[in-house]
Amino acid sequence: MLTTTPRRVLAAVMGLGLLIVYLPLAIVLVNSFNSSRTFAWPPSELTTHWWSQAWLSTGARSALRTSIFAGLGATAVALVLGTMAAFAVSRYRWFGRESVSFLLLLPIALPGIVTGIALNNAFRVAGTGFGLLTIIVGHSTFCVVLVDNNALARLRRLGGTLEEASMDLGAGVWQTFRYVTFPLLRSALFAGGLLAFALSFDEIIVTTFTAGAGVRTLPIWIFENLFRPNQAPVVNVVAAALIVFSVVPIYLAQRLSGTTSTH
Amino acid sequence: MDGGQGLVRPASTWLYRHTTARLLALLSLPVLWVVVAYLGALATMLLAAFWTTNSFTGAVEHRLTLANFRTLVEQPVYRSVALRSLGVAALVTVVDVLIALPMAYYMAKVASPRARRLLVVAILTPLWASYLVKAYAWRVMLANGGVVDWLLAPFGTHGPGFGLTATIVTLSYLWLPFMVLPLFAGLERIPDPLLEASADQGARATRTFRSVVLPLLFPALVAGSIFTFSLSLGDYITVKIVGGTSQLASNVIYDNITTGGNLPFASAAAFFPILVMVGYLVAVRRTGALKEL
Repeated sequence: MLTTTPRRVLAAVMGLGLLIVYLPLAIVLVNSFNSSRTFAWPPSELTTHWWSQAWLSTGARSALRTSIFAGLGATAVALVLGTMAAFAVSRYRWFGRESVSFLLLLPIALPGIVTGIALNNAFRVAGTGFGLLTIIVGHSTFCVVLVDNNALARLRRLGGTLEEASMDLGAGVWQTFRYVTFPLLRSALFAGGLLAFALSFDEIIVTTFTAGAGVRTLPIWIFENLFRPNQAPVVNVVAAALIVFSVVPIYLAQRLSGTTSTH
Repeated sequence: MDGGQGLVRPASTWLYRHTTARLLALLSLPVLWVVVAYLGALATMLLAAFWTTNSFTGAVEHRLTLANFRTLVEQPVYRSVALRSLGVAALVTVVDVLIALPMAYYMAKVASPRARRLLVVAILTPLWASYLVKAYAWRVMLANGGVVDWLLAPFGTHGPGFGLTATIVTLSYLWLPFMVLPLFAGLERIPDPLLEASADQGARATRTFRSVVLPLLFPALVAGSIFTFSLSLGDYITVKIVGGTSQLASNVIYDNITTGGNLPFASAAAFFPILVMVGYLVAVRRTGALKEL
């Protein structure tokens, strides 16, 4: 329907767009081997010195550990609450049904700083103190909607007939969930959980206001060291490592969508 | 199989018979979470906006006043920061639409199914890379003598350096996939025969785009703009990393909390992005854009 010229123009824009998308990431990777402390471009000499330096950085290591725990905690909360909300919305008719998704969307639609200071204020009023637990609470506010969205889409597509059939055959509410609904829902929950973990792992704004002093997630550690010139090469290596490791969730997500499409 | 023993089966039967109880049990935790933890915290913060701080001790005084809002509205500094933030968010959205539209169009309507799948992965991949890392990458690229300067040197010019332009560039880069993906999904849903029919009726490509594609694509466009606009409006990190000395609305909130310790004023300042975003969401709810998210 399109003639050759517009097709070529579109292809050129596509290629240029992808180039712009990947260029900055490639430069971070190259710079992690740049022997210059100030990343003089083009690099005159390459070295692996910064990588070994970063590997030994205790600050980066403990920040990584905190980030993983926070991500796992927030994902667990999001999986439980998101699945429950998705069931309530998809399987029952009630007056506030449409508002639930809207409410769950709020923490992600409102700027992170709003969620951040609201929670910071609430924790201060409640006197809970700050630490890993408050980070998890903060992160799960915006992670719930990711699981909810994925589960909701799946539940709507499945419809209720299989569950009805299961109950007609004498299975109880739990059995039906365990043997019928959950297996069908599993990949959607995994996808939602993966998204939730990735978002939590990457989050900095809400974290800034819920972490308190002394507790650092990886993004906070990066941000704190970003403006220190002598830390720059190590920060760059951590950034490069994060780019390399972001392949893992992509691989998982791809495998997942592969298995569901062959279903 | 289990069940039929202890309390499991009776509880199951009871739940099966009482639909409302099942619903309430399912709703209890999520609603408690959202209403108590989130909305409660939000409400407390919004209430704090009407408090004030003692100008000598800095202690919060729980006395209702509009003083914070008066300062925000009357001081020209805050007015210009608000306008600048809206301008940056709008510009980022426009830039992203202009780049994302041809890319999404190519993916949905030109590329072969195999290439399409690869392109979707190629667009999705950077989303998994850390936000901070990407903003940092632009700091390195835009730095004095960095890659951008090096690339532009043959043309006898240099990069914008750190500032508002760098902020807009970096934010557009960060949120681009959030615009490409909804547009791609929206375009993919427009059946090809519709475009062919339009061409058969004598419409040129631009006319087909304007009269057929754009109206059908509008909800997806709005869905993408929710991301680009809201994310830009709430950002204070990118502007700190590449913005030089420029300030956006969220910096006012951030600075008043961290260095100023003035929660009431920060809360009052937080009304601005909240009102803008809630207004935006309510306005676009009728376009059906929220279902595209």
